Amino acid sequence: MNPSEDPQRLNRRVALGWIASATASIPMLESLGEAAEIAPAPRGYGPDPDVVRRYSPGDLWPLSFTAGQRRAVIALCDIVMPADDISPSASSLGVHDFLDEWISSPYSGQAGDRKLILKGLGWLDAEARRRGKDDFATLPKSEQIALCHELAKEAKTDSRKFPGSFFLRMRDLIAGGYYTTPEGMKDIGYLGNVPMADWNGPSPEALRHLGLEAQE
Amino acid sequence: MPVIDPKALRPTYDVVIVGSGAGGGQMAYTLAMEGVKVLVLEAGRMFDPASETAMLHTPDMAPLRGEKTPDKQYGFHDASIHSGWDIPGEPYTNASQDSKRRFAWWRQRMMGGRTNHWGRVSLRNGPHDFRTRSRLGTGLDWPIGYEDLAPYYDKVEMLVGIFGASEGIENSPDSSPGVLLPPPKFRAGELFARDRARRLGISVVPIHRAILTRAQDADRLPAKLHPGNPKAQRLLAENMRLRLRCIYATDCHRGCSIKAAYDATSVHLTPALKSGNLDIVPNAMAHEVTLNPAGKASGVTFFDKTTGMEHHAKARAVVLAASSQESVRLLLNSKSNRFPDGLANSSGKVGKYITDSVSSSFSAQIPALENLPPHNEDGTVGQQVYIPWWRCREQEAGKLDFPGGYKLVLVSGRKMPGLSAGRGYDWLNERDEILFGRELKEDARRYYGSFQGIGAQGAMAGNEDCYSELDPEVKDRWGIPVLRFHWKWSDAELRQVADQQKAMAEILEAMGGRFNRRPETADPLKAIKQGGQIIHEVGGAIMGTKSGESVTNAWNQAWDVPNLVLADGATFPGTADKNPTLTIMALAWRAADHLMDEMKKGNL
Repeated sequence: MNPSEDPQRLNRRVALGWIASATASIPMLESLGEAAEIAPAPRGYGPDPDVVRRYSPGDLWPLSFTAGQRRAVIALCDIVMPADDISPSASSLGVHDFLDEWISSPYSGQAGDRKLILKGLGWLDAEARRRGKDDFATLPKSEQIALCHELAKEAKTDSRKFPGSFFLRMRDLIAGGYYTTPEGMKDIGYLGNVPMADWNGPSPEALRHLGLEAQE
Repeated sequence: MPVIDPKALRPTYDVVIVGSGAGGGQMAYTLAMEGVKVLVLEAGRMFDPASETAMLHTPDMAPLRGEKTPDKQYGFHDASIHSGWDIPGEPYTNASQDSKRRFAWWRQRMMGGRTNHWGRVSLRNGPHDFRTRSRLGTGLDWPIGYEDLAPYYDKVEMLVGIFGASEGIENSPDSSPGVLLPPPKFRAGELFARDRARRLGISVVPIHRAILTRAQDADRLPAKLHPGNPKAQRLLAENMRLRLRCIYATDCHRGCSIKAAYDATSVHLTPALKSGNLDIVPNAMAHEVTLNPAGKASGVTFFDKTTGMEHHAKARAVVLAASSQESVRLLLNSKSNRFPDGLANSSGKVGKYITDSVSSSFSAQIPALENLPPHNEDGTVGQQVYIPWWRCREQEAGKLDFPGGYKLVLVSGRKMPGLSAGRGYDWLNERDEILFGRELKEDARRYYGSFQGIGAQGAMAGNEDCYSELDPEVKDRWGIPVLRFHWKWSDAELRQVADQQKAMAEILEAMGGRFNRRPETADPLKAIKQGGQIIHEVGGAIMGTKSGESVTNAWNQAWDVPNLVLADGATFPGTADKNPTLTIMALAWRAADHLMDEMKKGNL
């Protein structure tokens, strides 16, 4: 199933009734900035949450990507972290849901990202329209990737200048969201978090790699 | 005696203790196990590490991948609840607007206090650390020496369970034989660092942490810790058998549901409650120590946070262990005709000489650690090795331009990835764009775990510029006046930080490190961590040899009020290049022994 068409998710958002405020893939960047600010401010989890419970995006505060924003973010997820021989794509791990949770966060720490990311997604759509398409998600994949390379160059030149800054932040959040999943951890070579009766130190292969003798 | 509601308070106790962390927990344990009737007041709620710890959880199980928020200021899975730098309704203020002259104050409002979320690093102060002024001509001497505390360090280490090694290093004392548990093996990067640092004449050795790498010897230790007290021996043996050894997974900052890592609730309060000699009132916000007509402490007034009602607990002696600055605040707020400037403050020294670890950090990418064959590097999750201060002799010979040493803590390894994983590689290549796609995935596999961080934590001598006082206007949500902090790093700390930066860069260079910034040797104020940021603040009611110059005597008793004892970090006359917690516990045990002696003699 295309994750952007998950009916449960749409129902939840519709039920919350404030989709309209964030709907707009309005071409004017200024308006998008404002749209970000008028989003309602749901409450956080408080100073004493149940930390043992397992949470999913949307459990604690409503998600807020529009269907169009969601499609663009899914496309970006799979450009930044595509499937390969070793591990699956970011969208197949639900990293776009994490991004939605992130930009919908009630906390001040994510407010800047919300503004930057919604503005950036609007910029991507405007750029796609300039190229004769409806939005970023409907651009052919090769053009999406070409556009990302342009942004990636700008980001390396000046990490603080929009829209390169937007791409850098998306890249970091998607990669971080990816490597914090069990599949991402396996890909990167994290083999811990396993209860053990004893821990025997580095493997002989690792020691050989470093040119070190085995520990006494 | 159990966890109770304020309405169930006994008419009077032998001792009331404010605070349930390292100091309060140790006090409550020592006293209750010896038959003293004790009440502990804790400002936070009861907390059960066994059922409330996110053992083995990965970040994707937490909101926002477990990142810090104003509600959970050390991250979602961290043990801290109702805690932080900024707590709604519980402000504090700073006299200066200059960010470098502001103090950040962490408060931990939960049973067990800060012992719930610390790294468990448990180092002894060394002999030099008690005689800073006589040795280096600066700061303050302690009224006790290492030899006074050494037996108590042994006792606390046996009770709590500390891994580490005795290395024979000057001013980083060895424990008595048979006291420490075996340290974990070094990680790959730690072995590599040891190998390369050795070429600089610098030793990388196992750190000491309050984690059980072996089951505690429940057949032998209780008799050593409680000679002639079969009941205490039995209770301690039972409690030791409830604790499992480390499973080499899960960061200790989250807490430890199997009790392998020490926290005050699991190790101190649980057996103390079973002794029948301890009552605990949670959600009790203490605000005043009361005096009787003879000028002795008679108890503590507190607000029940669940009802807003005020209550008074009566006792023959009062122990403050609310964290150094919270204890200072309690003293300053306990005003009377006899003590118009705050209780036990005839010297005017309450709030003075706050010190903290002098800290900075530096890191590099280490090419030798790239593409390391994957293996489980969790170990005891967190710090396993450190570099004890290695230049005592140079310092004593006047060859260094700062007093007081520092230790270096090494942070490396293939840790559980957090949200910052997959970023921070762009400076390592010459490409004209930031990487994404397959190239980023390949880079992540190559560079993950190849970064070496070093954190320096150094000694600080008390000075006249770092102190707390009552804010003349601001009050908290209960109407209790709050603290106002004054802070200023002296040249001694800044020169130390410049040296830290230089030394860390040298070690990282010896490891072949690549850097994306230079060490801050020219402007150390840029590198020094904010006062309070390391959460090692101590002082404010220092111990000393004379009543006019200090707040307590060598037994942690207030000079002005002998039945008032300070049992947290408030009595430290300075910060050593060691973490304060183990010393807080050793001092608390010693102070408890003395308090019982004095009570038996009828001196209180």
